[in-house]
Amino acid sequence: MSLVSVDNVSLSLGGRQVLDQVSLHIDTGEIVTIVGPNGSGKSTLLRVIIGALTPQTGQVTRQKGLKIGYVPQKLHIDPTLPLTVRRFLSLPKRVSDAAAHAALEDAGAGHLCQHQMTSLSGGQFQRVLLARALLMEPDLLILDEATQGLDQPGSADFYSQIETLRHKKGCAVLMVSHELHVVMAASDRVICLNGHVCCHGAPEHVASAPEYRALFGTGTHGALALYRHEHHHDHDGCDHDHSYEENA
Amino acid sequence: MSLLDDFIVRAVLAGLGLVIAAAPLGCFVVWRRMAYFGDATAHAALLGVALALTFNISIFAGVLSVALIMAVTVSALAGRGFAMDTLLGVMAHSSLAFGLVAVSFVPSVRVDLMAYLFGDILAVGRSDLVVIWLGALMVVGLLYWRWSALLTATLNPDLAYASGISPKREQIILSLALALVVAVAIKVVGTLLIAAMLLIPAASARAFARTPERMAVIAMVIGMLSILGGIQSAFTFDTPTGPTIVCVGALLFVVANLVRLVRGQAK
Repeated sequence: MSLVSVDNVSLSLGGRQVLDQVSLHIDTGEIVTIVGPNGSGKSTLLRVIIGALTPQTGQVTRQKGLKIGYVPQKLHIDPTLPLTVRRFLSLPKRVSDAAAHAALEDAGAGHLCQHQMTSLSGGQFQRVLLARALLMEPDLLILDEATQGLDQPGSADFYSQIETLRHKKGCAVLMVSHELHVVMAASDRVICLNGHVCCHGAPEHVASAPEYRALFGTGTHGALALYRHEHHHDHDGCDHDHSYEENA
Repeated sequence: MSLLDDFIVRAVLAGLGLVIAAAPLGCFVVWRRMAYFGDATAHAALLGVALALTFNISIFAGVLSVALIMAVTVSALAGRGFAMDTLLGVMAHSSLAFGLVAVSFVPSVRVDLMAYLFGDILAVGRSDLVVIWLGALMVVGLLYWRWSALLTATLNPDLAYASGISPKREQIILSLALALVVAVAIKVVGTLLIAAMLLIPAASARAFARTPERMAVIAMVIGMLSILGGIQSAFTFDTPTGPTIVCVGALLFVVANLVRLVRGQAK
């Protein structure tokens, strides 16, 4: 059985049809990426999957007892709420000091433990959000542009952490990302969304699909080339840009 | 003056009972930017008093049901494109007005709604004390039980959903706790004092707190100081007790923020 399956989900928000007959499923241990232009319903779909929005038609089935780690696109913390990084990591379930410190170290935010959440910079905040999501040892990690605001080493660290987590715990990942080269390198499946599912499948398949080209143009040729280098390690003597691998 | 005077002891105990429930509850009111919620519930409670007198039911039942209806209405409407502050403002003013109009239909009962607005903490009886403390302990228990879920839902509804917590349910639990505090305390301390004890200690505590839990505890301490200081000052200066308690609370708020300002500059 899939961890999550979405069947023919349609949803209108404020009179606009945001999702139209969307179906997808996520299985244990796989990394699925949703790509699509702004306003194509990516975040809405993620919020349907976590249960924050109820679709007008269609159905979302979550595996019983599914643990979801969710990293939202942005998180506003009201300045009236005093909250240290350490306390934030224990919401809603308490985690041990040792686990919290280890998670922060892994996320490159070890020194921030006693800082107030509201005093963090955008990138630091994102690292802490990721540390919290990973601490929950989720079966499914849902990332809504989780690496935005991270510098390149931070983002590369993060993706390598996800890889480790997937190997150790068999955790599945569903993410929305605009970093097309990363998407293509790291995903098992790509879903191209524009209100409806335009096309889906293995990264190479999607990148060559006419629907995908129509949305993203041909500017992604480079991404695909990079993907091939990184994934197959097909180093046939060309001096390509290796920045992602070096940082990973 | 001796604090052993019976009615003073009862006043102090009533005030402390109110504060142990209102202070942590008030923290949520502050964090959720629902400052008007105290006002709205308190004003709705006046409508409850009016209805209770009209239909000759107990004031506690009248207040609790109207406060609950209001809380549920607000929770239901909040998700539908109304801003919380607008909604609460509309509720606060209209329920007060409806309450006053309703009372005018009951000529046989000479009601002074002002008494319920300001209450009279010095007139607290033994049975009132039992009601206040039972209600307060229930609210504290409820908050303790739901603390983590309430906090997560307050922080961000989506994070709550992802952890399997329903923010709507937590919102209703919070509203229920608020309605309960108002219902048990209105007769003795009045709506002004209830709303003030929700808001002012929590707002003052923010200056010193680094975690939500500490803010709740500090709010309780500040609330207790306001009660003790207020009753003492009311005696010393021969001023009305309820408003004096609120004045002391307001002064503590100013002092707390001055301390924060000075400490902030020293760093």
